[in-house]
Amino acid sequence: MRPFTEHMGIAIPLLRDNIDTDTIIPSREMKAVSKTGLTDGLFAPWRYTDATTRSLNTEFALNQDIYAGGTILISGRNFGCGSSREHAVWALAEFGFRAIIAQSFGAIFKNNAVRNGILPIELRSPEVEALADWVSLRPTEHRLTISLIDQTVTAGPLGTSRFEMDPDAKKMLINGLDEIGLTEQILSDIEDFEARDSLARPWIYLKDR
Amino acid sequence: MYKNIFEKIWQAHEVKRLSETQSLLYIDRIFLHERTGSLALQGLTQAGRVVRRKEHTFCTMDHIVDTYPGRSDDTEMPSGKEFIIATRKASEEAGIHLFDIADPDQGIVHIISPELGIALPGTTIICPDSHTCTLGGIGAMGWGVGSTEAEHALATSTLRVKRPKTLRIHYEGTPCQDFSAKDLILHTIRTLGTAGGSGYGIEFSGKAIDNLGPEARMTVCNMAVELSAFTGLIGPNQNVIDWFAGRDYAPFEAQASDARAYWAGLISDVGASFDREISIDLTDVKPQISWGTSPEHCINFDSKIPDPKYAPDKTRHDAWVRALEYMALKPNTSLQNYPIQAAFIGSCTNSRLTDLKAAADYLQRTGGRVAKGVKAICVPGSGRVKRAAEALELDQIFIKAGFEWREPGCSMCFYAGGESFGAGARIVSTTNRNFEGRQGLGARTHLASPITVAASACAGYLCGAPL
Repeated sequence: MRPFTEHMGIAIPLLRDNIDTDTIIPSREMKAVSKTGLTDGLFAPWRYTDATTRSLNTEFALNQDIYAGGTILISGRNFGCGSSREHAVWALAEFGFRAIIAQSFGAIFKNNAVRNGILPIELRSPEVEALADWVSLRPTEHRLTISLIDQTVTAGPLGTSRFEMDPDAKKMLINGLDEIGLTEQILSDIEDFEARDSLARPWIYLKDR
Repeated sequence: MYKNIFEKIWQAHEVKRLSETQSLLYIDRIFLHERTGSLALQGLTQAGRVVRRKEHTFCTMDHIVDTYPGRSDDTEMPSGKEFIIATRKASEEAGIHLFDIADPDQGIVHIISPELGIALPGTTIICPDSHTCTLGGIGAMGWGVGSTEAEHALATSTLRVKRPKTLRIHYEGTPCQDFSAKDLILHTIRTLGTAGGSGYGIEFSGKAIDNLGPEARMTVCNMAVELSAFTGLIGPNQNVIDWFAGRDYAPFEAQASDARAYWAGLISDVGASFDREISIDLTDVKPQISWGTSPEHCINFDSKIPDPKYAPDKTRHDAWVRALEYMALKPNTSLQNYPIQAAFIGSCTNSRLTDLKAAADYLQRTGGRVAKGVKAICVPGSGRVKRAAEALELDQIFIKAGFEWREPGCSMCFYAGGESFGAGARIVSTTNRNFEGRQGLGARTHLASPITVAASACAGYLCGAPL
């Protein structure tokens, strides 16, 4: 996994509540059994006036030149709610997003994000709105600087906001850790657990049919 | 030391404490489906790993398969066949049990896993599907994960999980007639908001919950994810415990009595504490219908559609304006003013036998017929539900009333380029999500209970069941 320590980039405001994973990547855009090739479908319902012909909706921020090369998304409450599809995170990552600032996140989306090197940052509503306002004045100049090490977002004259971060998720992101590899190192703990547990709950351990 | 149900299940599955807030939890059961499952298996294989416990891992075809009678691998969903074939191949190579299209036990993952006794009270079960929380209804701790976490569970039989805070929602008061489990959870989401359960495992409790059977409890827990919760749980009562007798993968003979005693001990101890407790008064609450594009946008079926003027803040104001526009509704009007073009009974929320019975009873009691211009569909949740319904001749009641009677699957709970009710169609639906475009491009979804859907289908407009 790509590690995340610090990042400076153009931020794109998309200040709506409850942006769900169906909107981030609709089911009909998940065309192949694959984790890649998803950028075209990212935000398809909003990015295109007609999803079939791919006619661009010029009013949508992702289509506007001033936000070209954006790597940070700013959104409202409960970003990434709904379906557990990791495609939402893969599509955002493939498009180039490194961090998402929102008031809160859907639980599964947040888990998926940190496992793919995308930093989910939770800030309070006034801070989110202030960042969005400032950024939208001059997106290319008004870049945000994010430090995961310090847990801060810095925005020019607005100064620095500190965000909370789960220490385990932070460690994983900073080091770009592969969780499966880590767990495989403690396989004997799992075997010991099974030996104990199969006496306490024998009905759990099905015979291979 | 008194423990709540979360603490009991958590502690029974804790392989190792990894940090202050994170534990390595044993995962008893893994269920996959053809939408995301083949991808998880593929990722595992590409990393040179194998499924560690094949006998605890299952897969079904539910999301992409057609629900038309006489279906095959071909689906209307673009590239759907590719997913079906890839899933079949990946399941075979991984050596896991697949409930394939023609299998008599095929069905929606969250319907078949308890029905077959694969999910049991006190188990941990994960699936790359957000509605895995459904299984809280039978006292199992189930939650949805992404493909990466699914791979972790497949490879190691465990997951690294952050311990959620606990929230107990206690229901008080007596609601109106025809107030179902679906209405209870819609009312809860409306009350707490879609982020109301964020960071929590929720236990639902109180008399209104105690009275619910196993299937209705699953309807309640199904939508815990719509509160953004980690999961939802209800302590299993005797009725739930008895429900598992004789199910295929459930314990039998000597093990069954041990298991039953174990399950009976899963309820939260009297005096157990929670990080947060709230109570919701159901007095005089009526059946719910959603008006907007978020499950929190619900009202009593006979209330007026809200006016954004009175939204609590600016983002909600903007969201309400946008929702009303998308849904083509006017504030301060009644839902009864709006004709519908479609009615849908099905999905992991409401496709169990009791759901179909409730709707069929209404149709039979009233002699109702689906109104002209309304396309009405009933999709049983599993092969077993379908056969049980047919044994009771419910299929005949639905067909006589003008409903289509389908093969089991997720069907039009979501749109993936295949079958849909058409752009702009107003649909009354027993599903769980009314997001923009969820049931089709421009489709307008109104969430409701099976009885409300049956009543609206017959009336031709949104309404509750007449008393």
